Amino acid sequence: MTDTLTPVLTANWGDERAWTLPAYAATGGYDALDVALGMAPEDVQTMVKDSGLRGRGGAGFPTGVKWGFLPPPDPENPKPRYLVVNADESEPGTCKDIPLMMASPHTLVEGVIISSYAIRAERAFIYVRGEVLHVVRRLRAAVREAYEAGHLGTNIHGSGYDLELVVHAGAGAYICGEETALLDSLEGRRGQPRLRPPFPAVAGLYASPTVINNAESIASVPAIVKNGADWFAGMGTEKSAGVGIFSLSGHVKRPGQYEAPLGITLRTLIDLAGGIREGHELKFWTPGGSSTPLFTQEHLDVTLDFEGVAAAGSMLGTRALQIFDDSVCVVRAVLRWTEFYKHESCGKCTPCREGTWWLVQVLERLEKGQGSPEDLDLLLDQCDNILGRSFCALGDGATSPITSSIQYFRDEYLAHLEQGGCPFDAKKSTAWAEAVQ
Amino acid sequence: MTDVTVKIDGQDVTVPEGTLVIRAAEEAGIEIPRFCDHPLLAPVGACRQCLVDIPDAGNGRGFPKPQASCTIPVAEGMVVETQNTTAVKAQQGIMEFLLVNHPLDCPVCDKGGECPLQNQAMSHGQGETRFEGTKRTFPKPINLSPNVLLDRERCIVCQRCTRFAAEIPGDPGIALIQRGAQQQIGIAEDKPFSSYFSGNVIQICPVGALTSDDYRFRARPFDLVSTPGVAEHDACGAAIRIDHRRGKVMRRLAGNDPEVNEEWISDKDRFGFRYAVRDRLTSPMIRENGELRPASWLEAVAVAAQGLAGAGSVGVLPGGRLTLEDAKAYAAFARDTLRTPHLDFRSRPLSEEETGFLRSRVAGTTVTYADLDAADHVVLVGLEPEDEAGTLFLRLRKANRAGLRITTLSPYASEGSRKLGAQVVLTAPGAEKDALSQVSGVTEASVILVGERLATSPGAYSAAAELADRTGARLAWVPRRAGDRGAVEADLLPGENGLDAEAMVRAGLDALVIAGVDPDDTADPAAFLAALDQAGFVVSLEQRVTAVTERADVVLPVATASEKAGTFVTWEGRRRPFEKVFDKPAAYSDAEVLGHITAELSLVGPESAGVADETVVSSPTTTDSAATTTDSAGFRLATWRLMLDNGTLQSGDKALAATARPAFVRIPAALHAELGDVVTITGDRGSWTLPALPAEMADSTVWVPTNSFGRGVWADLASPGSTVTVEGAQ
Repeated sequence: MTDTLTPVLTANWGDERAWTLPAYAATGGYDALDVALGMAPEDVQTMVKDSGLRGRGGAGFPTGVKWGFLPPPDPENPKPRYLVVNADESEPGTCKDIPLMMASPHTLVEGVIISSYAIRAERAFIYVRGEVLHVVRRLRAAVREAYEAGHLGTNIHGSGYDLELVVHAGAGAYICGEETALLDSLEGRRGQPRLRPPFPAVAGLYASPTVINNAESIASVPAIVKNGADWFAGMGTEKSAGVGIFSLSGHVKRPGQYEAPLGITLRTLIDLAGGIREGHELKFWTPGGSSTPLFTQEHLDVTLDFEGVAAAGSMLGTRALQIFDDSVCVVRAVLRWTEFYKHESCGKCTPCREGTWWLVQVLERLEKGQGSPEDLDLLLDQCDNILGRSFCALGDGATSPITSSIQYFRDEYLAHLEQGGCPFDAKKSTAWAEAVQ
Repeated sequence: MTDVTVKIDGQDVTVPEGTLVIRAAEEAGIEIPRFCDHPLLAPVGACRQCLVDIPDAGNGRGFPKPQASCTIPVAEGMVVETQNTTAVKAQQGIMEFLLVNHPLDCPVCDKGGECPLQNQAMSHGQGETRFEGTKRTFPKPINLSPNVLLDRERCIVCQRCTRFAAEIPGDPGIALIQRGAQQQIGIAEDKPFSSYFSGNVIQICPVGALTSDDYRFRARPFDLVSTPGVAEHDACGAAIRIDHRRGKVMRRLAGNDPEVNEEWISDKDRFGFRYAVRDRLTSPMIRENGELRPASWLEAVAVAAQGLAGAGSVGVLPGGRLTLEDAKAYAAFARDTLRTPHLDFRSRPLSEEETGFLRSRVAGTTVTYADLDAADHVVLVGLEPEDEAGTLFLRLRKANRAGLRITTLSPYASEGSRKLGAQVVLTAPGAEKDALSQVSGVTEASVILVGERLATSPGAYSAAAELADRTGARLAWVPRRAGDRGAVEADLLPGENGLDAEAMVRAGLDALVIAGVDPDDTADPAAFLAALDQAGFVVSLEQRVTAVTERADVVLPVATASEKAGTFVTWEGRRRPFEKVFDKPAAYSDAEVLGHITAELSLVGPESAGVADETVVSSPTTTDSAATTTDSAGFRLATWRLMLDNGTLQSGDKALAATARPAFVRIPAALHAELGDVVTITGDRGSWTLPALPAEMADSTVWVPTNSFGRGVWADLASPGSTVTVEGAQ
């Protein structure tokens, strides 16, 4: 059954003051914590591994396996272990962690406590994107409530387990969503990706063994502990188990977060969202944020799981489904994304730093109809020189919209040249287009 | 460590496990283009220029993407292609990106002609750019320090400079700021990059982004002639490269000597060379009717020989800046020609104890930089490497970062000690003897490094020797001047019944032969000048006009280090020969001048020359006594020279001087809280009102830089080993 919604993380979002501890507790919140504390940490790890939960931050690495990479506790080297939650949600289109933390921060906090217990960490950090101050405040309030209720601090629920949780606000850099840049930033340094090895599991935060997981991954843990690994693994597909939040934005009638088993299709999701904007048709969409190659109408029935999307030539990413209808100029959209990558390039490596600077200039030329057909080949070659050459995956991501848009919409690029400018009326793609007319 | 064999461009290369691919390729003679990579800095993988194709990682599987060869270690059976289509495409792509925002102003760039970006763009680029857009621009240049300037447009942000600053001298102060194409090297507001080693960032900059105020726009590399040399500013023997044009030094660079200075030199070694052209003596001079007048070499040498032949007692003070060859010439001149035992190279506070120590524990010994790396513990006594021995400081810091334990017996916990990771044993000057007896953890794998300041600390040299004997640790003496160790090897020390330098000053000898001694460096400058006035005959061998030449009867100009070949002996005992840079017709080394005088003396009649006067009373040197008879209420005076101060060999180098750290007095924190930021220090020779900083200090001690104010501590403030009073300034 992949065509119905399965609210797990989002189940309580509509509740009255869902973000408060009493509201969360009323729905059985922090019950899973007792279950976990009654188990050996290794058994919690095994449970998460068996559930098939894969990283919800985009890469899809199995969460339980990642935890298993921590070196076994060594009395000779008593370095602390850390859990770091990556909540630096900054990808254009990605909008799941922030609403989750806004609506039900305790889900994440409970997940942090259980996960920290599972990996034997006594200090955990949530690194939240700095611009979302309202979320930071709500999360801090939740953490305060959790401390006061004895869910955090020393001897949690009488188990003898201690945990300190710090909510850290970033300073507004896309790169700090990259896990090693996040660690540098968390340590108070300039956020730029680190050389690996050593991997964070061995020498991460403060050179100590560290697990870094996406907020949604960690928030999924309480439900798994409460309902069992089999329950979670029973949803989704064989290799992409469980449920996830699909964020629909753009030209659908009811944009928002739709929680469904992995393997659902966009066709189903668009139906759930009330369909494409009246009088228009789907033109292109991103399956997992701006860093994943674009899809078109022909991909409506691609199953949205890691394998299905990859087989169709893109990536499931963060399930950030940005829907663009036929009023949108793809060149314009791609240029805006590329401007984002140029603005957010951290500057560490040459291809991303210089490449995005140059890509924007070529795209600007094309959008104004001032380029030449050869510029498309130039763009593709620039992307070829960035993809797989940059220090981290962010440089790779910058090329995705360009190469995929040229693949599917080469004629539209050429139309700009033929007409000496953009053939679209940008006003028609706005939300207030109807009102204008 | 086990070796692994990899195949690079079809060639088998066997290298130690852990070697980076880019290094392994070098072993095979294959050069992969690179910018951020530097063999002495930790890998960063930022520029991506060194991408190579690895079709087999050693496990039968290849990397799907090109890999940065500067960050990936070799693996057994690995296959690397540095020049196949994949690698070349990747390298050319990166090169094209690098040039997108680079101004390509090579024709007016200082780096043009020796620029890794220019060279590698030619060897590994595409020749033509496809970029037709707008380059980002910056106002330029900006100052990172008074001497180091940054052109942000040329910068490719490879981070070599910032990594150098943080890793090598431990002087972070430049860092990346901003991001994306706006990313740049920056400094904190009003905090210029401050490092004694800042010039190295200019040399390792792979583009023309970093230039020195000292050299920019002054020459093109292809117009320069390069001569290898050895730095003359300290006893470390750093290899340098002297770049000159038409008889003038235009700049000096670090040479590459893995055994000594690796590829780094101090700013003093790099920028301090104009002393050799300022206030130089241009011809011999003789005193006639009380006035010095120019004379021919023949006349001046004859007058010198006659004067020395007629003198009853002659003292020879050849200073500590000599080459080994010149030092031997002075030894022979004193002992064989003048037949005087009154010979001493030391032109600073000294002691009889030191004379014995140098002869028995220093001459002929060897302790190398590599021995420091291999040591389990290095103990520093009376030595501040960051100020007094730059190369040693960097080598010790490197060893410390690799795990070496360092302990320093020092009057205060200096920044230099912190950068060395040293455990500081706060030791008041004079208390080194007792402190040495309590140092623990010294084994036969340890090294004890003692500085020349211990001459003013009674019993300290002996205690260091005793510690070495007791533990089996090795012992080395680290003097300040380039010629000091060579002088010990040549035994430029008082002979039997001979007077040491301080005794000579007091004894009232008939004649003095003096070379390269600044009276203000000596323990009693006033007495030294008085001795010059009293001596019947003074011969001065000097490079430039000094307080000695002004009082001399014969002045004989001698060559600077760049005008002669010679050998410096480092503190290790290592011989560092260097060749002549400039062949100037009338520039004679000290040895040559002494040779002329000797020849002349043989004509005048050697039988009358320099027989030690029986009337000379050899009184023991009493430098130490001052310390034992001090007012117990006073503060002990600790002092050493900052690397950049009023030293003679730094004169004329304005850009260098501008980078000097502000000179402060250090006083105990409690006293600072009481007296404030300005204090008046009064000693037996004068009084100074100076800015003061609080420090973690030995009890009842204040520290004053030796030669940063006035004529220096010994001339203007206090006698060695004495105490001073400290008051709040009015």
